[in-house]
Amino acid sequence: MALRGNLRDFTVTQLLNLINLANKTGTLIVEAPSVSAQVSFRGGKLAYAKFDQEDNALAAILRRSNKLSLNQYHVIRQRAGQMTDKELGLLLINAGYVTQEDILVNLQQYFIDIIRRLFTWVEGLFRFENEILPPEDRVNIRLDLENLIIEGSRQLREWEQLQDEIPSLEMSMKFTDRPGANIRNINLSVEEWRVISYVNPKNTIQQIARATKMNDLEIRRIIYGLLQAGLLEIIRPAGIILPFSSRVLSSQDREKQKSLVNRLIDAIRSM
Amino acid sequence: MQTVKMVVTGPFNAGKTEFIRSVSEIEVVSTERKISSSRDRKVKEATTVAMDFGRITVDEDLVLYLFGTPGQKRFDFMWEILSEGMLGFIVMVDSSRPETFREARSILETFRAYAPTPYVVAANKQDLEDSWEMEDMRHALRLDPKVKLIKCIASERKSVKTVLLELLYCILAEMESEG
Repeated sequence: MALRGNLRDFTVTQLLNLINLANKTGTLIVEAPSVSAQVSFRGGKLAYAKFDQEDNALAAILRRSNKLSLNQYHVIRQRAGQMTDKELGLLLINAGYVTQEDILVNLQQYFIDIIRRLFTWVEGLFRFENEILPPEDRVNIRLDLENLIIEGSRQLREWEQLQDEIPSLEMSMKFTDRPGANIRNINLSVEEWRVISYVNPKNTIQQIARATKMNDLEIRRIIYGLLQAGLLEIIRPAGIILPFSSRVLSSQDREKQKSLVNRLIDAIRSM
Repeated sequence: MQTVKMVVTGPFNAGKTEFIRSVSEIEVVSTERKISSSRDRKVKEATTVAMDFGRITVDEDLVLYLFGTPGQKRFDFMWEILSEGMLGFIVMVDSSRPETFREARSILETFRAYAPTPYVVAANKQDLEDSWEMEDMRHALRLDPKVKLIKCIASERKSVKTVLLELLYCILAEMESEG
């Protein structure tokens, strides 16, 4: 079964959220008319990323971040052209050119930059291939996606889209019950923290907006990011409890209501 | 005569009319019109503009009515009218068209705001090659683990019966939880 579609309908942020929540392993391939990208994940964490049209070899990445001089880069290209990135990384560390941390930090920055550029794509076919694992000959990292998801969400500026996501401000919010998620590990902006401090099933989004002096757009932007990161979920406000009997079957007592539903069940079963 | 009502809602071309047709004992009273938009016409020729209406007679004292809402957003003024007094509702989602997931989520929230009755989500067209996996759909639709997401093929009566039964089980469970 396919996890495929168009970024026009399903954004990179939403895809990262899905991959994060489902702890997916595999490779997301995104193809725009003149450029394509591959982003690999292991257990819902970013492992590797590349643009197909870009030199993404370790030596090139280290050169671009000035960890290797132009001379060193040319020598490596000539003498170590056949080496895998992992082998080259070991060689560079042993030669004292770079540290292991240099390599990991710069790779992480490069992969994050690729994701940031992907956030700006509004059109492009995507598919997630479970069978394509992060490349073993390349140096992989292990990066939580939550911060990237929040960053991607911050880039959403389309008011209509936000309205679609949060159609009513008369709803409340609560923290999701996700074992393993630790809010302290997530980088929230001051505005996001202000909203977080008011999250309570008794407070509607509208009330939180008033308390934090945010307009509809600002509160929607922030809540959208927190929802996408899986920190919050929208619920009906506490205190608005409509008893079932008054909603639909006010003339019947509870046992009669149950009997009615059971009759419906029997009838449908026997159809 | 006691009548109860369930609403079948969801985005354009999710399969609502077909769902009702599969179980209704009467010819579905449909308000389909030829589609004027060339973009939507690529998907299907006619669409529901007011509602679909099907019936299941339980016995001489009890009848279940199924109302299908129009999927196109410009007819959403009908939604609130149709949701009044419903026993529960079903959100149909086309599993093979991720471009409609956001709208399905929005429709779900809208109906929950109209009437907080029990509901289930039916992942329709699960027989198509391009259909998304259930777990992926649950994440994409941001459904709470407690919300029932049920595989569905609206053209198959057995599959539609399963969805209706799951909704009824939810309704019964809610009644019991309220004591």
